[in-house]
Amino acid sequence: MSAEAERIDGGRRHFLLVATTVTGVAGLAATAVPFLASWKPSARAQALGAPVEQDVSKLEPGGVLKVNWRGQAIFIVRRTPEMIATLSDPKVIAQLRDPNSEESEQPEYAKNEIRALRPEFLVLVGVCTHLGCAPIDRFQPQDAELGADWPGGFYCPCHGSRFDMAGRVFKDVPAPTNLRIPPYRFLNESVIQIGVDAEVA
Amino acid sequence: MSATMQAPARRGRLAAIAEWCDQRLGYSRFLKQHVTEYYAPKNFNFWYYFGSLALLVLVIQIVTGIFLTMNYKPSAEDAFASVEYIMRDVEWGWLIRYMHSTGASAFFVVVYLHMFRGLMYGSYKNPRELVWILGMLIYLCLMAEAFFGYLLPWGNMSYWGAQVIVSLFGVIPGIGESLVEWIRGDYYISDITLNRFFALHVIALPLALIFLVVVHILALHEVGSNNPDGVEIKQLKGPDGHPVDGIPFHPYYTVKDLVGITVFLMFFAGVVFFAPEMGGYFLEHANFQPANPLQTPENIAPVWYFTPFYAILRAVPNKFLGVVLMALAVISFVFLPWLDRSKVKSIRYRGWIYKTFLFSFAVSFIALGYLGLQHVTPAYTYAARFFTVVYFAFFILMPWYTKIDPTKPVPERVTYHAH
Amino acid sequence: MRIKNIALALVVGMSWVGVSLAASPGAGLLQPANNDVANTASLQRGARNFVNYCLGCHSAKYVRYSRLAADLGLTESQVIENLLFTGTSIHDTMEVALPQEAAARWFGTTPPDLSLIARARGTDYIYTFLKSFYLDPKRPTGVNNLVLPGTSMPHVLWELQGYQAAVYDGESDPARDAVHKKFKGFELAQPGLLSPEEFDQFVRDTVNFLDYIAEPMQLQRRKLGFYVLGFLLVFFVLAYALKKEYWKDVK
Repeated sequence: MSAEAERIDGGRRHFLLVATTVTGVAGLAATAVPFLASWKPSARAQALGAPVEQDVSKLEPGGVLKVNWRGQAIFIVRRTPEMIATLSDPKVIAQLRDPNSEESEQPEYAKNEIRALRPEFLVLVGVCTHLGCAPIDRFQPQDAELGADWPGGFYCPCHGSRFDMAGRVFKDVPAPTNLRIPPYRFLNESVIQIGVDAEVA
Repeated sequence: MSATMQAPARRGRLAAIAEWCDQRLGYSRFLKQHVTEYYAPKNFNFWYYFGSLALLVLVIQIVTGIFLTMNYKPSAEDAFASVEYIMRDVEWGWLIRYMHSTGASAFFVVVYLHMFRGLMYGSYKNPRELVWILGMLIYLCLMAEAFFGYLLPWGNMSYWGAQVIVSLFGVIPGIGESLVEWIRGDYYISDITLNRFFALHVIALPLALIFLVVVHILALHEVGSNNPDGVEIKQLKGPDGHPVDGIPFHPYYTVKDLVGITVFLMFFAGVVFFAPEMGGYFLEHANFQPANPLQTPENIAPVWYFTPFYAILRAVPNKFLGVVLMALAVISFVFLPWLDRSKVKSIRYRGWIYKTFLFSFAVSFIALGYLGLQHVTPAYTYAARFFTVVYFAFFILMPWYTKIDPTKPVPERVTYHAH
Repeated sequence: MRIKNIALALVVGMSWVGVSLAASPGAGLLQPANNDVANTASLQRGARNFVNYCLGCHSAKYVRYSRLAADLGLTESQVIENLLFTGTSIHDTMEVALPQEAAARWFGTTPPDLSLIARARGTDYIYTFLKSFYLDPKRPTGVNNLVLPGTSMPHVLWELQGYQAAVYDGESDPARDAVHKKFKGFELAQPGLLSPEEFDQFVRDTVNFLDYIAEPMQLQRRKLGFYVLGFLLVFFVLAYALKKEYWKDVK
């Protein structure tokens, strides 16, 4: 074999080696996809995590309903006009860490002062954003324990985090952000579906 | 940092780390010894693909098996449903399961061809006796692994297959009955049995298999590979100290095995994607019904890879003798290195007597495999007895016929024509 | 030598195929179902038939309604309106309406789950079974079945098929219950709402649906198979060329 032929030969060998390696690695990567994808929530997990519906027509003003969705407690609160009024009270807002929900997790349609689709109904995830405890409802203003300027809201018994009637976190408590709002929508006037985003124009 | 560590750093960080590790682990020596400077005969043919293919199937089984255990539940209550959960609810679960079920049969296809290669070219003969015995231990482990795994889907055939095979141990005089109870951990095949079979299938036997495979390969590399001519290539070395008829395993056999692997994967994918049940031989129809301790499937037969031995069991009219003969049929292979008294290894230089016996043996193995799948009829029973005799004649008469076999002279070099 | 080896491999391979063919369960009695799981319209009709006529007693407990919707080209609301019993969620599996204990009391046996019946028995078996009910006054249900004699299942589809009588060859008398060898054919004793051809199609659709639910991914499986084989073919060409290239060294 001449030196010239040998040079071309080496080029061909190199090309084939690279082509085979690249194709083989691509094949292995494609084979890995089903194995990794098998870790995604299965059809059963998705079925169990399917959206839940809740009739709120029987919920008293000032009352709270707790619904289980994907292993989390979802609080549905029917706010009274007095409760709604506290949300825009400058004295309350001054005490809040993130009054405009800039740092917090919620769907776009709940990124407002009332943190809800409708002022009357508050829907939120009942999991404290500090370390995952369940906050309790302390809707009565001027609570004996929480002080004379308490406007009503949620209180986490674990480490004392406080949230207002829209789940907004107070300053100087351990929780860093407002309580999360799940995706939800109104199927009609009285039924809320949790787990599906509302269509907002 | 010392001066010795700075010197390799000039060749890049990664190379430095690699060298640091190598000085403390010695893997480059290991790779040289077993891959880049393992000299294999250059005349390997078609039959020499099945060793690397067996290794590939082992890897497939381990990877798919690990992923199956993530969703499988080893309890009588949940096992069947959890398999259907994998097939339907887990994303891609069906593919992982079919790969595993097809892999089980593929393992035996590959291993049987690998063993037949050994018979044809005398790969069990001196100096490879230990390689052969280790291979037989792998085969025994594989049979146990397949048997335990077959119970796990908890289908009706799983249940009754386990029932029949576990009962075989009952024929051992004196301790038989209590041995059977001990294996089951109960008075029938139950949740307890399933749970322990699961443990054996997913951890105990795979560990043993991996260990044996490593030792099998180490032993092979110690004595060197046989070849279709049965010529010991180490006896003729070139000036460089390497066998003149040997070529480095890497790159020559790695690229060649890659071709074999691709062809094998085509067959494998063909079954997985187009015939996962393989007509009821890889996944049996009766196993799509959950285990029912009150109803035996209509045609109870083991999976195809066990049927040659099952046919021998059924051919013998005495229960105890049947089990003994069946066990002997498996174990006989171990004694081949000492039964074969021929001067030549490869079938290429053996005489017509050996060829006739080997051919009859292969035919009887396949025939017994077929008969083991059929309903028992008097004609089939007589056929099974005939083939059982042929099967054992291969082993029992071997010292005699290999001695008188008219062999041809073995050349000094292997037969190889460059293409 | 090379040719001989390949020949030997072929012999081994062929005997394997021979074993497969010879052992396939071929009871001459069965009629081919000739169903096609790629026929979505047939699957939709089959799903409706199954829900209306089978699901009363037989569950298909591994099958999710939501999956049906996706695979059968139906919207979730179509499934909810046409296939779901009230109080069932689209994410549920096809559970049976009838309590299992009650079923065992009425029929003497619990009607089996049908999720996997097509894989356990084969489509031809179910197709022929559903068409093989005939009048038999000695049975508590008033009918018997040629494929599964003594079945405790009543003739659920009588309204559609009507009732058929088994006809036997000359000398045999039906009173002896001798169905096995002398059976000649069926004769429609009382017509049903559907013509025999329509009824065959009805059964075929139902069997098609059973075939689908036994292995819901089977269409995706075959489709993916072509891509995988295509990839392997390309890879084979490369690997083979690479092998040839390297083996030029070996003299």
